[in-house]
Amino acid sequence: MASPRHRNPVLAVIDAPWARPVGLLVILIAIWDLSVRIFQIPAYLIPTPWDVMLAFRNDGAMLAREAVPTTIATLAGFALSAAIGIPLAMLIAGSRTIEAYLYPLLVFSQSIPKVAIAPLFVVWFGFGIVPKVISAFLLGVFPVVVAGVQGFKSVEADMRDLARSMKASRLQTFAMVSLPHAMPAIFAGLKVSVTLAVVGAVVGEFVGSNSGLGFVLQRSIGNFELPTMFAALIVLALIGVVLFWVIDLVERLIVPWHASQRHDAFVTV
Amino acid sequence: MARPNTLRVIARNEGPSARRRLIDIRGLAKTYRTRDGEVPSLKPMDLDITEGEFICVVGPSGCGKSTLLKLVAGLIPASAGEILIDGKAVTEPPDDVGIVFQSPVLLAWRTVLRNVMLPVEVRRLDRASHLERARQLLKTAGLNGFENKYPWQLSGGMQQRAAICRALVHDPKIVLMDEPFGALDAMTREKMNLELQRIQYETGKTIMLITHSIPEAIFLADRVVVMTDRPGSVAAIYDVPLPRPRALDMMASPVFAELAKTIRGHFYAQGHLD
Repeated sequence: MASPRHRNPVLAVIDAPWARPVGLLVILIAIWDLSVRIFQIPAYLIPTPWDVMLAFRNDGAMLAREAVPTTIATLAGFALSAAIGIPLAMLIAGSRTIEAYLYPLLVFSQSIPKVAIAPLFVVWFGFGIVPKVISAFLLGVFPVVVAGVQGFKSVEADMRDLARSMKASRLQTFAMVSLPHAMPAIFAGLKVSVTLAVVGAVVGEFVGSNSGLGFVLQRSIGNFELPTMFAALIVLALIGVVLFWVIDLVERLIVPWHASQRHDAFVTV
Repeated sequence: MARPNTLRVIARNEGPSARRRLIDIRGLAKTYRTRDGEVPSLKPMDLDITEGEFICVVGPSGCGKSTLLKLVAGLIPASAGEILIDGKAVTEPPDDVGIVFQSPVLLAWRTVLRNVMLPVEVRRLDRASHLERARQLLKTAGLNGFENKYPWQLSGGMQQRAAICRALVHDPKIVLMDEPFGALDAMTREKMNLELQRIQYETGKTIMLITHSIPEAIFLADRVVVMTDRPGSVAAIYDVPLPRPRALDMMASPVFAELAKTIRGHFYAQGHLD
């Protein structure tokens, strides 16, 4: 809408917002292909883009099949992150006591490498989906909490006074002022969270699983099937991009009033 | 500007002496407890405000003007003394009060009309009758056509006018204003003063307005309360003998200039230029 209309369709395509990252990607793939050829990098170190394309043709069905458990684990971990992270942020922002006890411990727990403790979940919960979901949750929850706390805390003093002067109950203040006010920050946290949940699910599959893209990665690097491994990486990245895009879309629907969304949300006179 | 006939009109009797007291402030004091010990903000003060009176409070920065307003609004507890509104001690935010802050504090996710209706929703008042008044108030404030716009689509002056409509929507007897025009440019400010003066004249609301501006205080007020430097207390109270309704020309009258000079003298005497 914002971009000027071109009569020339070629120019219009070049000017489209989606064309820029795609154009850059094409250039990067070309550089990749040329580097492998010019420096004569052996295929067991870096495959050519063409090899990866062939891997997609041969193993495409397998990759699609294995992407399902990874996506399910990611979504479950992400859903847990949101379901636990947002109320946790509310508690921390709402009570100084809870903040004093809980927040430092939460930060402390974030410094523990998840890869190191992931095998523990396999010991506890077996080779099923549970360790993956926990791993995805542990990586995904922290950005939601940090962003949520910041969002809930940034309500101005005058705004609180206004709510109190109207004798708003705690619930009313929360529903009418604090929650909508925190929404943009929460969505920023959710976007970071969903990409980290993908990483978490793969970490879970790395250490103990017989399905999923993490398992494919593990197996293909063991067998020196680098094209398959690269193909699996691309599928993983695509999952992350699609989930990020879905949340971005939901954000546009829920907080169309926020400054970051205004350009296309309203048409002003 | 049309007369806002949806607001109740409090009868004007003959002179302020015939009217009854609405706000009684008795020995009111406030001391804040901070990490560095106790910081006195307001020394014990007394003030009576009669119904329909327009009171402006002027004083140097940090003299406790805003503290006084928050105390009357029931937002913070007093350290000593008491405030009676209609004979009832203020222990929580009273119902018959509307507040306007320095910033408009409009909710960004609500349209102008829904922002004005916020107190009605929170207080669970009758929606239909208040909606009519909200529309009327917005029209009076020159915001008709902007009911369904969002706050960021309005200029600063328009946002503050919407905030004033919000303070008036439940038709309170008392309106408390904390430097409501402080963030506006000089020309918008004069216009807003004129409009506020007219609304007060037509509805007989009791208004307590905090300001930095001596001309603004004199132009608006029936009585100007001058406060001392921190910890604040009442230095003097001046009657403003200008007739109502007032026009901006009156700012050039000798009475106005004399009063401004006297009030300004308080701050020069303390070596304090605000």
